[in-house]
Amino acid sequence: MINLPLLPLLIPLITGVILMLFPNRLRLQRSVSLVSTFLTIVATIYLVYSVRKDGILTVTLGSWPAPFGITLVSDMLSALLVLTTSLLVFFVIWYSMYYLSDLHQRFYYYIAVQFLLLGVNGAFTTGDIFNMFVFFEVFLISSYVLIVLGGKPAQLRESLKYLLINVISSALFVMTVAFLYGVIGSLSMADISQKITEINQPGILSVIAVLFLIVFGLKGAIFPLYFWLPGSYQVPPTPVLALFGALLTKVGVYGILRTYSLFFSHQQQFTHQLLGWLALATIVIGVIGALATRDVKQILIYNIIVAVGVILYGVSVMTRQSLEGAVFYLIHDMLIKAALFLLIGVMIGIAGSSRLKDMGGMIKDYPLLGWTYFIAALSLAGIPPLSGFIGKLLIVRGGFEAGDLVGPFVVLISSLLVLYSVMQIFIRGFWGTPKTYSGPKRHLTKQLLAPALALVAMTVLYGIGTEAVRPLISQAVDPLVDPTLYIQAVLRED
Amino acid sequence: MKNPIKKHTNDVILESSTTFITFIIFLFAVYLFFAGHYTPGGGFIGGLVTASALVLVLLAFDIKTLRQILPIDYKQMTAVGMLISVLTASGALLFNKPFFTHAHGYFNLPLFGKTSLHTAMLFDLGVYLVVVGVTMTIIQTIGESD
Repeated sequence: MINLPLLPLLIPLITGVILMLFPNRLRLQRSVSLVSTFLTIVATIYLVYSVRKDGILTVTLGSWPAPFGITLVSDMLSALLVLTTSLLVFFVIWYSMYYLSDLHQRFYYYIAVQFLLLGVNGAFTTGDIFNMFVFFEVFLISSYVLIVLGGKPAQLRESLKYLLINVISSALFVMTVAFLYGVIGSLSMADISQKITEINQPGILSVIAVLFLIVFGLKGAIFPLYFWLPGSYQVPPTPVLALFGALLTKVGVYGILRTYSLFFSHQQQFTHQLLGWLALATIVIGVIGALATRDVKQILIYNIIVAVGVILYGVSVMTRQSLEGAVFYLIHDMLIKAALFLLIGVMIGIAGSSRLKDMGGMIKDYPLLGWTYFIAALSLAGIPPLSGFIGKLLIVRGGFEAGDLVGPFVVLISSLLVLYSVMQIFIRGFWGTPKTYSGPKRHLTKQLLAPALALVAMTVLYGIGTEAVRPLISQAVDPLVDPTLYIQAVLRED
Repeated sequence: MKNPIKKHTNDVILESSTTFITFIIFLFAVYLFFAGHYTPGGGFIGGLVTASALVLVLLAFDIKTLRQILPIDYKQMTAVGMLISVLTASGALLFNKPFFTHAHGYFNLPLFGKTSLHTAMLFDLGVYLVVVGVTMTIIQTIGESD
């Protein structure tokens, strides 16, 4: 089965197209989406297994030889990210069936989610920089559909901003790729990497590296390009917010991780130092935002920014250990952010508002929700043995190992403050005098809690099972540390 | 030519020329579609030209008339087109070849003689349907909101 890397893209694509044939038959839409996403997960698990067994898998579309055709490359990093994405989308679809009103679901919701899955999986899998742009567009267009879902005035206002920012950054993306093509004369990522090594990355390529940082930074919300995120992410319905928060910023992070390890790894004292300082500034800004607000959605949205900073700090250090930490933390953060967003969605459904002052004493009537949230919050902050711990530990150790003293301390202090910010939700929302709630989704708490609980359980397993996951992460980092592995897998003669 | 369609405005010249120009444009679109195999043309251009023929009908008459002539849901048309394209490309999976690998060959057809047949044509047919579907959906949506 040489097309194995393609399956996680092809299944959502065909599903999305088939769903377009009957947009109004909701029960069928739901069941087809769930079944096909489950098939995607099964295919991806087999993909991870194959990559573990046989090393990096590649397929070059249309049987063109490698540097000319578009190659899809599944190394362990992309396979693991695709697996995480497919899992998240499955749980979010499950959650949306109860959370969203029929009217919401009728407006092409499941179709947009399938295309989002296609775009994100594609961006993780592709081995061609222009093709990566195409997949960015695929998931961006789906995200435009999802962000206006519901059509409230605030949504229209924010989606206009979101659209504008992303159109500009997409234009910049194409221009940057064009610059790179102008200098290198290739679009295949393996080929580019090889040629940059040959000419030893002259100054012009460092400029292009910074342009890539701006492009991916706009998607990934790093300092100072994060300004659009808190507003835009406030407006869509919670399941959509969970998808955006868990997936879209992470694709930007993945873009930086890939280009900064594969392409621009020769002038690290400039490019990686810049990335490092920006990452630390991102952490600081995110923490300030998370502490300053009393809105449960906003607290978590600013925590997305903190996590992006932590991961990118790990990337900027560029030692084996810090990269392992970054990859570990990236997967952890995708899972836990989705879980937390789904949980606060339940809280908002009960209280009918996202402000903390309208909540209180929920633990009396909803103990399971309270304790699940508690575990998820501890996991986010990185309390051992939960999954946030090992990633941060590796990043911090990597930082110290590289002789940096400021970065690891910022990461450590930020963990403490992140814990404080998410505990605010626990203290003010679950403790205190119980209120009588009249939120619209009170009666659905049990159904909504099930997918969230399953996700939290997965993050707990991910944390406890570190020993079993570590070899996979280690294999994922191999091509980041040594790009020749990636190049040889793509450009081999056979 | 007998025109069963009720007229709203009095653009006699536009309306009567549309009734036959539309077919010429449509034929030209079909020509472009097949020409695309080796020369300029193809599904995308063919689709656009077809859409322009339909838009001409739309301009000369109105949306109701177009619906009466072609009672097609253009959103479904887009979906069907995409399905054809994706399935053509995935056909390679059955033969364990990389996705998008096409097959082609020369066949002796009656009437046409020796003809080159290529699965890329099926893919292009999908593109054609998508382009017509999307263009008409956009134009109808804008037209209806007036």
